[in-house]
Amino acid sequence: MTSLRQFRLPDVGEGLTEGEILQWLVAVGDTVVVNQPLCEVETAKAAVELPSPFAGTVTELLYEVGTTVDVGSPIITIDTSGGKVDVAPVPDPAAGDEPEVEAGLIGGPAPGGRTSVLVGYGPRNTEAKRRPRVTGSAAAARATAPQVLPGADYGTGVAEKPALLPDQPQRAPLLATAPDMTVKPVRHGGLEVGRQTEANARDELAPTSRRAAPGRGAPRPLAKPPVRKYAKDLGVDLATLTGSGPGGVITREDVDAATAPSSSSPSSPLTSPGSRQEGAVVRGTAGEQRIPVKGVRKHTAAAMVASAFTAPHVTEFLTVDVTRTMKLRTRLAARPELAGVKVSPLLFVARAVLLAARRHPMVNSSWDEAAQEIVVHGQVNLGIAAATPRGLVVPNIKDAGSLPLAGLAGALADLTATARAGRTAPADMTGGTMTITNVGVFGVDTGTPILNPGESVILAFGAVREMPWVHRGKIAVRQVTQLALSFDHRIVDGELGSRFLADVGALLHDPGTALAF
Amino acid sequence: MTALEHATEVVDPVPGTGAPHLPEQPDSGPEFVQLLTPEGERVEHPDYAIDVTDEELRSLYRDLALVRRWDVEATALQRQGELGIWASLLGQEAAQVGAGRALAPDDMAFPTYREHGVAWTRGVDPLHVMSLFRGNDMGGWDPVATGVNLYTVVIGAQTLHATGYAMGLQRDGADAAALAFLGDGATSQGEVNEALIWAASLSAPVVFFCQNNQYAISVPIERQSRVPLYQRASGFGFPGVRVDGNDVLAVLAVTRAALARAREGSGPTFIEAFTYRMGAHTTSDDPTRYRMASELEEWKLRDPIARLKAHLARAGIADAAFFDAVDAEGDELAVRIRTGTLEMTDPAGTEIFDHVYAEQTPDLERQRAEFVAYHASFEGEK
Repeated sequence: MTSLRQFRLPDVGEGLTEGEILQWLVAVGDTVVVNQPLCEVETAKAAVELPSPFAGTVTELLYEVGTTVDVGSPIITIDTSGGKVDVAPVPDPAAGDEPEVEAGLIGGPAPGGRTSVLVGYGPRNTEAKRRPRVTGSAAAARATAPQVLPGADYGTGVAEKPALLPDQPQRAPLLATAPDMTVKPVRHGGLEVGRQTEANARDELAPTSRRAAPGRGAPRPLAKPPVRKYAKDLGVDLATLTGSGPGGVITREDVDAATAPSSSSPSSPLTSPGSRQEGAVVRGTAGEQRIPVKGVRKHTAAAMVASAFTAPHVTEFLTVDVTRTMKLRTRLAARPELAGVKVSPLLFVARAVLLAARRHPMVNSSWDEAAQEIVVHGQVNLGIAAATPRGLVVPNIKDAGSLPLAGLAGALADLTATARAGRTAPADMTGGTMTITNVGVFGVDTGTPILNPGESVILAFGAVREMPWVHRGKIAVRQVTQLALSFDHRIVDGELGSRFLADVGALLHDPGTALAF
Repeated sequence: MTALEHATEVVDPVPGTGAPHLPEQPDSGPEFVQLLTPEGERVEHPDYAIDVTDEELRSLYRDLALVRRWDVEATALQRQGELGIWASLLGQEAAQVGAGRALAPDDMAFPTYREHGVAWTRGVDPLHVMSLFRGNDMGGWDPVATGVNLYTVVIGAQTLHATGYAMGLQRDGADAAALAFLGDGATSQGEVNEALIWAASLSAPVVFFCQNNQYAISVPIERQSRVPLYQRASGFGFPGVRVDGNDVLAVLAVTRAALARAREGSGPTFIEAFTYRMGAHTTSDDPTRYRMASELEEWKLRDPIARLKAHLARAGIADAAFFDAVDAEGDELAVRIRTGTLEMTDPAGTEIFDHVYAEQTPDLERQRAEFVAYHASFEGEK
């Protein structure tokens, strides 16, 4: 009697499904012993030799070299009945008493209705079959089995699932009561478990949340930590809320609902996205703030866009030694007519701009697109860009050129104080003809300012710094600043702009130049 | 020689972009403990002397040969689909047998998943190890009776178990020590460093036995440590020793001394057994993808079994008949392991309830009854 055994391709590398036969190390007719290499197989992980599990004679090689074979498929047949057996053949428990070389099943049936696969094997060759249920006697068995399972018990979920299978409609559920399908299932690693668990939890939690109602001496309202933080940030007292979540847990939506009616009050500046309104900060994803564009910001944005995209800007820069102006500033500050007013570097810049504008009246002009005219203004309304808590405002000093130095100083002080207090009258912000922006107060050297719409020039005044400077043929420490002039090239050509800027610089370099103007 | 001078050059810091891995060659200075050269010659070391009888030498050889035979058979069984996976000890026999034989009966070993040689010397039935790798159980041997904790697959976790156990020994006033096994890769794990700190702080009677087999799966040791591993011990505040891990006598001597030091209350020791994993990390691994064949050939010259065999033969301690007998015993062992492995049956499902607690709890009893009733609801069940 022949005794044919087949060797099935094992999963040699934890979870592999196939392998390619690289070469056969034996041929039909060869006598093999246990652990003699039969073939070389390459898998996704490694190329390995497969040793024979049987001793006997090779009767069949089932795949050619180069074939990719599914794990679990027989690859070689060995006759283990005859010939010299070097190592006693070991009974294969998986084969059991079944006839040799049975195609299909990997092994015989095993307890639990499973196919007795070899350990670590991949897919089965067979279709998954559902084990038939006991019908008659099972009822009795079930009667003795525990029915209602108190508390959180994942065992419940296990027992419950077969009861829900559609192919056993006649079978009574293991649970004494049908599962409450209205309860949301809990997912644990993809498994639906705990339908009952959650129902139990709800029952247990519900009284707690009732106790949490105000006036009942509640220990602590139920809410998850992020929601607690959220409520705290909004100044919402959780004890005043009724939770709508599972088991009465207060949710983020509950907190949002509580804040909605009072969202305009100072204590709750945040509102839910659905109730966006002016002055509200709308919160999106983590850390992101959405700020409605309005007021000064909206006006600034519109003005800057209008200016940047209508007036072709040119910016020129000039670095100036202002040491003499700074000395003059000290001397003038001691004069009685300037007592009580702030004699700032900006005052001298403003004065220089006004004097230079008198020499170059074309810089004090506007482009009238509709009339196709250039409007040269009869007086300088000097705008001063001011950073205020509300944003950038540019109030202007009407007919600044007519003011004596003390008057200009007083006007500058009033203008900035009024602007910072947020009390600048609308009239003070209209009608400007040219502007100075004092970026130096922020410690910045220079920039490329954008024109106030309707104006032709804007001067940026940088920080005054002590710098090494060539002074009378030697390197000296001098007080130096940078000026940047942007101008509308439709009106102001490079020559005019340069001369204007040079004049401003000359006046600041040597205030005595003013006598020549 | 300072630590800095000894620091290995950083090779190929970005994997796959630089020079091939070149294993560090240990020098023969006093910091490298060797008592038996690769040629099988006995040499002396100033700090570690060993006095072994001929009988002991022969039994050491027998242990080395039998665990290798077991390993070969287990690897074949995995290739035949009978084990889910196998972690081979090929090349590390001397490190494991030497360390295992250094243990006193009351000592406790905390193995990784590769310490088949340690399990063997402590009398753990190889079939218990096989059932673990076959997926039949979690390793069914009795840790108390054998003095070998169950295999720990989580890398490095057993070092904390060993340290905690050693703290217990300390509080019991026991004359015993814990021997924690770990690999070179495990030294990069956080819990290993925690264990070293705890052991140092409390002078716990624990010895950390690190088999530096040169690779954390595919990552060479140079990429994990800028200094030889044994030098790390000084940073934790206890001695570190580098021993020739392929020299069973040196491993035995060094481990014995470290365990004695632990038992007498002098605190932990870190042993770096410098060895080489001649096989794959596990049967799922293909070492030809990350190391040179020439490297393996070089290490074959330092084979732990060949050198002891050479010594036994040259010194006339063992003859051909002895070696043949050991080989025959190995084949018998292989047959027993193969037969026993193939005869393993699936464990009963109820076994999952049996070893959760020392004593059964009412809750578990109830769950067990439910489980049995559920399975009885199917046809064809007993």
